[in-house]
Amino acid sequence: MAAGTMMEAVTMATADEPAAREFSSIVATHRPQIFRFLLASTRDPDLAETLTQDCFLKAHRNWASFRGESSPMTWLMRIAINLQKDHWRNRRMQFWRMTRTNSVDVDEAGDWLPSHESSAEQRLLAREQVERVWQAVKGLSERQRTVFLLRHVEEMELGEIARTTGLSEGTVKAHLSRALARVRAEVGGSR
Amino acid sequence: MSSQNEFEDRRAERENAARNADQVADKVELRRQAGHEIQAGQIQDGQIQDGQIQDVQLEQALRNFRLSVHAWSEAELSRPRTATMTVRHRSWRLATGVALGCVLVAGGVSGTVYQRHQKQAEQARIAAQREADHQRQLALQKAREDEDQLLAKVNSDVSREVPDAMEPLAQLMGDEGNQ
Repeated sequence: MAAGTMMEAVTMATADEPAAREFSSIVATHRPQIFRFLLASTRDPDLAETLTQDCFLKAHRNWASFRGESSPMTWLMRIAINLQKDHWRNRRMQFWRMTRTNSVDVDEAGDWLPSHESSAEQRLLAREQVERVWQAVKGLSERQRTVFLLRHVEEMELGEIARTTGLSEGTVKAHLSRALARVRAEVGGSR
Repeated sequence: MSSQNEFEDRRAERENAARNADQVADKVELRRQAGHEIQAGQIQDGQIQDGQIQDVQLEQALRNFRLSVHAWSEAELSRPRTATMTVRHRSWRLATGVALGCVLVAGGVSGTVYQRHQKQAEQARIAAQREADHQRQLALQKAREDEDQLLAKVNSDVSREVPDAMEPLAQLMGDEGNQ
């Protein structure tokens, strides 16, 4: 796997140092969560993988300067959010490039259903709900989407979201409220 | 042994209570964010009454969405990936090689054609110059011949026989010249 090879290379380069071992364990612990957030944000598995690698590469370079004022997860998530922002900003600037992305369609993203739904009717209902939430998330602004995903996919607390995004808790609440209202309107439309 | 069991039971109860409290807090926050006010008396025994939750569907949708994203992410993480960059790199190289080859072939062909064209033009120029020289020489020769003919004619005109009446004078001049 490409990501595994890269992470091994990064960690092996300084394998003797305890800091490298510590970083290696951080990668193993937080990689799924960072990848999940980026996947939900971009709906593009390849892009999410690339940004996850970039995130840990950047974190590795700056690991010595990490003073532990916030949790590693908060720090890594902040890097991931910034990388994601940079990516979209660069895409907007390079408008002459091919505009096609590998983003998975909302319908396709809704195919991944929670496994606990037993009956066909439940599965259908769950799929419809998931698709509607994706549809609402697609229409959210970048900040609203980030805050919504951190709260309802990563299940982070409001204070932690505020620290991660660099916003005040009140702003986070406002964004979350607007995002949730939109999701509610979309999901309510299915009734 | 029994005291240890009691201690374990109490701890389990405490954990359950804490979990319930967290769930209630989440539900309250969810409802507040969704724009619903929590009325006093709705929370009983640490739980919101099921009949009074208006956003069950939203809650369920969010839960399904979360589980769906988790499932998708896990599936993507465990999926073996192909090195698409390498493939793209190779195709880019191939395209560059083909393009470079085409440029070289086109350059070579056009160079040869240009060289041949230049050679032919030079040959044509030399032939034209040679032809012009030849024509010029012919013209000169013709002019020379015309001049000779003219001189011969003049000579012949000049050296015609002296009329009889002038014969004595001509003889005298001829004698003077001999002397």
